[in-house]
Amino acid sequence: MSPWLHGLLYGVVLLAVLMTLVAWATWFERKFAGRMQSRLGPTIVGKFGLLQPIADALKLLQKEDIVPARADKVLFNLAPPLTLFFALAVAAVVPFSPGLLASDMDVGVLYLLALSGLTVFPIWIAGWASNNKYALLGGMRAVAQGISYEIPLLMAAAVPIVLTGTMSLGGIVEFQVQHGWLIWWPPGPGLAAFALFLVAALAEGNRIPFDIPEAESELVSGPSTEYTGIKFGLFYLGEYVHTMISGAVMSALFFGGWDGPFAPGLHWMVLKTLFFFVALLWLRWSLVRYRPDQLMAICWKYLVPGSLAVLLWAAVTVVGGPV
Amino acid sequence: MAVSDHIRSGRWGDPYLDLSRYEADADLLELNMGPQHPSTHGVLRVVLHLDGETIVKAVPHVGYLHRGVEKLCEKLTYVQITPIVDKNDYVAPMTNEQAVNLAVEALAGIEVPRRARYLRTILAELQRVASHLLWLGTFAIDLGGALGGGTSLFMYCFRERELIMDLFEELTGSRFHYNTHTPGGNRHDVPEGWGAKVKQVMRLIEGRLDEYTAVLDHPIFEARTKDIGVIDAELALGLGLSGPILRASGVDHDLRRDAPYHAYDEIELNVPVAAEGDCHARYRVRLAEMRESIRVVLAMMDGLPEGPINGGRAIKTPVQVKIKSGQAYVALETPRGELGTYVIGGGDNRHASPYRFKIRSPSLHAVSALPWVLPGHQVSDVVAILGSLDPILGEVDR
Repeated sequence: MSPWLHGLLYGVVLLAVLMTLVAWATWFERKFAGRMQSRLGPTIVGKFGLLQPIADALKLLQKEDIVPARADKVLFNLAPPLTLFFALAVAAVVPFSPGLLASDMDVGVLYLLALSGLTVFPIWIAGWASNNKYALLGGMRAVAQGISYEIPLLMAAAVPIVLTGTMSLGGIVEFQVQHGWLIWWPPGPGLAAFALFLVAALAEGNRIPFDIPEAESELVSGPSTEYTGIKFGLFYLGEYVHTMISGAVMSALFFGGWDGPFAPGLHWMVLKTLFFFVALLWLRWSLVRYRPDQLMAICWKYLVPGSLAVLLWAAVTVVGGPV
Repeated sequence: MAVSDHIRSGRWGDPYLDLSRYEADADLLELNMGPQHPSTHGVLRVVLHLDGETIVKAVPHVGYLHRGVEKLCEKLTYVQITPIVDKNDYVAPMTNEQAVNLAVEALAGIEVPRRARYLRTILAELQRVASHLLWLGTFAIDLGGALGGGTSLFMYCFRERELIMDLFEELTGSRFHYNTHTPGGNRHDVPEGWGAKVKQVMRLIEGRLDEYTAVLDHPIFEARTKDIGVIDAELALGLGLSGPILRASGVDHDLRRDAPYHAYDEIELNVPVAAEGDCHARYRVRLAEMRESIRVVLAMMDGLPEGPINGGRAIKTPVQVKIKSGQAYVALETPRGELGTYVIGGGDNRHASPYRFKIRSPSLHAVSALPWVLPGHQVSDVVAILGSLDPILGEVDR
């Protein structure tokens, strides 16, 4: 099979599976949040409210599409699809099981970080083009937060690269299958890097307690304030895809990806991804959020120096054995 | 002059800051927060002048919920006023009714039987717990967002508040417009088994309060509330703040203890006070008040005396109260502070209506603190400070 055809076919299948997974992840989140808050969550549409995602999508499609009169129309309409595009493009390098990935590039980790760094732009575009002060403030926060947390995210992701000696995500997982998960072995740098990566990924994905760009109790809805209907839906879809992929990347980088006993690799990968998705949900529905300046302080005072130290630790470990 | 000197003169912000003299780092942004905004607790509008994310000047605008209640009351008879004022502080209708009826009783010189005074105390304290529960939930939403940890606490608080609403419904037949107080006593006597239910609910909520503090006592919550929105005793007294806000600023003042009404003179009341005056102090004071209210309700329920609940006859139909002249001001401690009612007798309806009816609401004073407190804070702090002041716009505008 030619690589083009393989990429195309795989991409279509991956998109279909991922979107379905994400659609019912929203259902799961609503049920989960409902149970946490002593409510039932969706129950009306379908058995256990299982058809709720479809009903939601149909509702959003039917809504009137409002573009503010003095908005920059081209940029305003460009932002939501761009959000989803960048979130989905990351999925291309996520290894689901041996050989099952769209493109096993040599610089997979770099590509992944570059694209997730770009996700801040559609948010900024939306904030700017909406011609709304709340959206502008939200966009401003998003840029500040996105650029700051990019640094610890990169440093933390560099630790597995240093430890395994490859930048390909498939290669990193392969290494862990042979030598044990990076979170455990070599002891120390992997675990510390995972903690940093988790915090930075929460911030990159605008999740509570770091969801300051959206901060609906202050900024109404931040950059997506002026969006209606399916455009609003695309923002949310992008956010969920991002969260899901973050979970997948975390399991690939630190938790051995498809490695696991008894079941095929794909099962383990999906299981680990969902585990992280639920963990992030749990955080979301139990914490309150930080203030923007506190968020910046955490990044520059603790995460950046911390991630540099962990990177050094990892380098020393590689050269001189476990410290 | 440094920028910060412009924003804060001494300990407080400067409400009269001349913006033309202010040297901004970049252009100032004028942000209209409200009247349609998720966290302004109703239809409050605050115009914020922002330098980046820092507030330089804040101007609150009230009046979007003005209904002319005071004027309306001049046309209604004393008995008809009670259900109207239920809607002023719509989070604590019970105490609104009591304020009006206490004023009318003081003006007409009506004695209230002991059982009714006990019942009123119990209702007032139950209402305080319900009101503070709602405050805690909405405060958590302000800090944690409608799609986050804040909502979880909000749901828990509403679940417990619902139990108190059920108690009120069983007693008065209504969840909101209780209309259970009337000049001279109460309309509805305690039904069979109600006392046991009250005690059960109070014990349940007392246990749940520990769970709520466990949810909130973590570094993020403290980072968002400690040293934020500091109101010192001088500013609080100068602005006429009252209730939990005043007590969180270190002023030990509670009308229930200092000028007892109802049956408060028959019980020892511990008044929680905090010194810091920040959002966290107000949070601690309100939580301590809830525990104290629960203790009072449990004690009062046990000591509920027998006897009539109304000074005259058992009320089935409204009784007309006629007052030819005179004036009275009665203040009582609602969950939000000193709610004063000033009545001049001798109005329309052959003296069955007041000539003048004035409400002194604690929430209006709380909102008036915003221009002093907000400058120098971040946009995110606005919702925390506003949430901790707990203004009810129905009471602000009346």
